[in-house]
Amino acid sequence: MMRGAKAFRMVATVLVSIFLLVAIWEGYKWMGGATNGTWPATSLELPASTDDLTMPHAADIAGELFEEIRDGRDRLPLSVFLIKKAWFTLQEAAIGFALGLTIGTGLAVLMLRWRVAERGLLPWINVSQTVPLIALAPIIVTWGRQQNLPDLLSISLIATYLTFFPVAVSALRGLQSPDDAHVELMRSYAAPWRTELVKLRLPAARAYLFPALKIAATLSVVGAIVGEISIGTKTGLGRAILNYAQRYAVFPERLYASVIGAAVLGLAVFGLVSLAERLVVTRSQGAVEEVVR
Amino acid sequence: MKKRWTYRLLAVLAAMTLFAAACGSDEAAVGTGDCDTVDSVSLQLQWVTQAQFAGYFAAVDEGIYEKYCLDVTIREGGVDIVPQQQLASGAVDFAVSWVPKALVSREEGMNIVNVAQVFQRSGTLQVSWADSGIDSPEDLAGKLVGNWGWGNEFELLAGSRKAGLDPSSDYELVQQSFDMLALLNGEIDAAQAMIYNEYAQMLEATNPATGKLYTEDDLSVIDWNDVGTAMLQDAIWADGARLADESYADITERFVAGSLEGWMFCRDNSADCVEIVLNNGSALGASHQAWQMNEINGLIWPSPDGVGVMDSDLWAQTIGVSTSESILASPPDSGAHSTVYAEAAVELLKNRGMDTTGKNWRRVEVTLNPGGE
Repeated sequence: MMRGAKAFRMVATVLVSIFLLVAIWEGYKWMGGATNGTWPATSLELPASTDDLTMPHAADIAGELFEEIRDGRDRLPLSVFLIKKAWFTLQEAAIGFALGLTIGTGLAVLMLRWRVAERGLLPWINVSQTVPLIALAPIIVTWGRQQNLPDLLSISLIATYLTFFPVAVSALRGLQSPDDAHVELMRSYAAPWRTELVKLRLPAARAYLFPALKIAATLSVVGAIVGEISIGTKTGLGRAILNYAQRYAVFPERLYASVIGAAVLGLAVFGLVSLAERLVVTRSQGAVEEVVR
Repeated sequence: MKKRWTYRLLAVLAAMTLFAAACGSDEAAVGTGDCDTVDSVSLQLQWVTQAQFAGYFAAVDEGIYEKYCLDVTIREGGVDIVPQQQLASGAVDFAVSWVPKALVSREEGMNIVNVAQVFQRSGTLQVSWADSGIDSPEDLAGKLVGNWGWGNEFELLAGSRKAGLDPSSDYELVQQSFDMLALLNGEIDAAQAMIYNEYAQMLEATNPATGKLYTEDDLSVIDWNDVGTAMLQDAIWADGARLADESYADITERFVAGSLEGWMFCRDNSADCVEIVLNNGSALGASHQAWQMNEINGLIWPSPDGVGVMDSDLWAQTIGVSTSESILASPPDSGAHSTVYAEAAVELLKNRGMDTTGKNWRRVEVTLNPGGE
């Protein structure tokens, strides 16, 4: 009973927010059309042009999803095409996310264990994120091809590059979060470092890790899409966006549809991580409290 | 001096071929599918799948490379992929690139060699509205002139300079995105367009005044081939260092021959090649690709000296523009291109009774649909 009401509320929220978004979009567009591109009763120009090219009607974008397009030897609706593309991007993002998670937590544990490592590594981890992807992509793909790796893996590595950072930083903070009292208690039991890590620090780190994982998950999708665009593979949403960006003058609806596809994919992975968080954190909250308190 | 060097190499090659034929080796059977071993090679394109690269896709899909004992993987381009760089780093075996861009890379130290000059003409246009009065380079004076930058602007700069305009003061250069919106919306007076791509996009757009598609009568075109500042575009580039290696040189010869045969196939079967391009996953529409195939054929055919053989006048013109526009510090050395491979391929194809010049090729009639669908 309760669960049904909750699900209903969630669906209703989503529907209302989509409705509001469409209403704002169409309202702004209508206003621009009525005032010839200025704010009402002023001569101030609107920040974005409201013609059909810049802002196609929401209904046209939605309708385009059912439009049949050609994909190689097949003909299929744009929506199915985008789902197929999203599936490839999801795979790249998933590999990138998994690698980023492994490398990020690995680095965090390393920095926790040895202060020297923290002092030596942390600045570099920060610096790593200032390297623009546009510089990194050709390096990674060239290296990958020299190693005979498939381009899919090179794209995943670009996603990894984006994802390991929030994981490493947040995991380190999380691992360092237990009170001194708890650490001292563990030490008083002569608990070895590994026990301290597994029984005390890792459980405590979860609260810090999951917000970072949510960021990392969406970043992995962004990384995969950016990687696809810069490397140039047939598959993936990035390629769809690139192609439709080129054809924007004639099919603005398709570019919007593919961007919405990317947004939906980002939301989906965000949702998956939230689900995992619920399973891992809420279910064992009691156990965590037992250890920490 | 350069010529004589080429002839000597040709003579050596011819002698080697004769010798090999006399010995009854498989050398005589090049291009017939009689393979002892198959070599795997990769080709880096400049951009995504489209009819601009139809010849290579056709050579794969029609089994032409197979006949030359090659298993070819085609790598599509992306935003950050520089084909010459992929080639020089050894990530791929061959690359398609525009001549000026590749020569800049060569000047920077990449040892890459033009082994087949596929496109014999430039496909770059400067397009404006017919009623704008821009019909020749001097008409650009005082106008907002769009260009893509990134080395795509040099024909325009040289062409307007030739007409007595100073690009830094007589007109305003505007960075243009890769669609034609700026011209369609009237934000600029003239836009850069490839005859096989963006120009067609103009003709796929609806004229709001009439509700019909724009026609060629609505547009005015400056063609750099006519102005005399055209620069050579798509060519096949090979790794210069590896060409010293006998087996790579042999692969190069077969790859060039197979690719050129692919382009001949697309000349004679343009509708099939459009289908091949679409099958290989082009997101662009069918009529757009048909237009592109037609125009690409127009850039290749006729090839008076034989397909893929460098037109020495255009090579000189390309280098002339490159040096006068300071794209290149100095003219490239003679090793920058080699006609040996293309000439050998032409000889081979001619001996099989195939038409390697395409002097009777005629454009087909292509009707563009809205959005290029």
